[in-house]
Amino acid sequence: MDGPGHGDAALSAPTLTAREAGLVGCRQCTRVCEAADERCPRCGARLSSRDPGALQRVWAWWLAGALLFIPANTYPMLITSTVGRASEATIVGGVIELLHYGSYGVAGIVFFASVMIPVGKFVAIAYLAILVQRGHRTKPKHLLHLFEFVEWIGRWSMIDVFVVAILVALVQFDLIATINPGIAAVCFALSVVFTMLSALSFDSRAIWDRIKTLSND
Amino acid sequence: MRASPDMVCCPVCDALHHLTREPATGEKARCIRCGTVIANGKPQAILHIVVLASTALVLMTIVVFYPFLELRTGVFDSRASVFETVMSFSQGIMAPLSIAVAAFVIVLPVARLGLLIWALGPLSVDRTPWPGAARALRYAEILKPWAMAEIFMVGVAVALVKLADLATLSMGPAFWSFAAIVIITALKDTQMSKHSVWTALDTATRR
Ligand SMILES: [Zn+2]
Ligand SMILES: [Zn+2]
Repeated sequence: MDGPGHGDAALSAPTLTAREAGLVGCRQCTRVCEAADERCPRCGARLSSRDPGALQRVWAWWLAGALLFIPANTYPMLITSTVGRASEATIVGGVIELLHYGSYGVAGIVFFASVMIPVGKFVAIAYLAILVQRGHRTKPKHLLHLFEFVEWIGRWSMIDVFVVAILVALVQFDLIATINPGIAAVCFALSVVFTMLSALSFDSRAIWDRIKTLSND
Repeated sequence: MRASPDMVCCPVCDALHHLTREPATGEKARCIRCGTVIANGKPQAILHIVVLASTALVLMTIVVFYPFLELRTGVFDSRASVFETVMSFSQGIMAPLSIAVAAFVIVLPVARLGLLIWALGPLSVDRTPWPGAARALRYAEILKPWAMAEIFMVGVAVALVKLADLATLSMGPAFWSFAAIVIITALKDTQMSKHSVWTALDTATRR
């Protein structure tokens, strides 16, 4: 009765998905409901066997996030004024400044969170969406791991926005030095939110639905 | 096929399972197709979740009202609470950002803790759940990715390094309670299993 390699006695082997059985599974509480149910009788979550608009939403949020990522990197994130002299720093500029101080570890964290994660996320979501749109032969578990990683790490890009908020709050010595937020902070925060929404719109069940079995070939 | 109460559906890949029994203590029931943990055998999980969430909620009040970081440069002295940090964007065009930071760092984490306690509190001491418990639990799950207290903590660490040259910094009581909240929240989330928590709530409501 057990699936290969898992040995979980509590769950007996599935042969079907809920959709193939003519049922709907609740993604919120794992309950199996009748196809006619609109909301889960146990937790009240809206049920959908497969949401036909899911991929469109993924792409819409993806595009919005990608567009905002451009001003987020070209405009200043922080505007520092020290004794009448104002200097502006973009995201990458801030990382370079940290490198000058010799704080390589922190520079690495900021660069990773503000540049690598967002860019990697755009690429990964697009890759998943295209594969699922076309049908694919990739091992579903690999795609799922990629998706779960993207979903988990996306929020961490917010670090730089919080850093800006903390600096602005702390450094307010009117004449000596003040730090003000730049427009890029808003663009960057929105870009992160939109990419999170893009990842949340992705329906992981589609990874299995759209797999091309080798016998089809 | 008809839906029956012993059926469990994997929320990640839609595979249908029959739950033949609740998993034993320490045992994890994984989806046979994708390996996602569907149910875990933690009989005390709900009590743990409620205790941890209540602790975090109490610490949150310290966080909001006490100074968080203090910055000194020879003559000048500045102090910031989390509340002030959140309000730092409140002027002009940055106001929406201020609201967003407030939501991510304070409002949503507090709301999530409150919802969890509302949904599971009575259950943890074997009482009938309060009305709206199911809705509260569902909203708590929806809020999960948007509560970013732990990310804020890393932001604090980065800010400390950036300011290290400029001035002397010291951490207030709020800093340490915030750090504690982050650890407690992470602990709490390891106790959560959608299936187990929902089944417990379901049986208690019916009783
Ligand atoms: Zn449900
Ligand atoms: Zn699964």
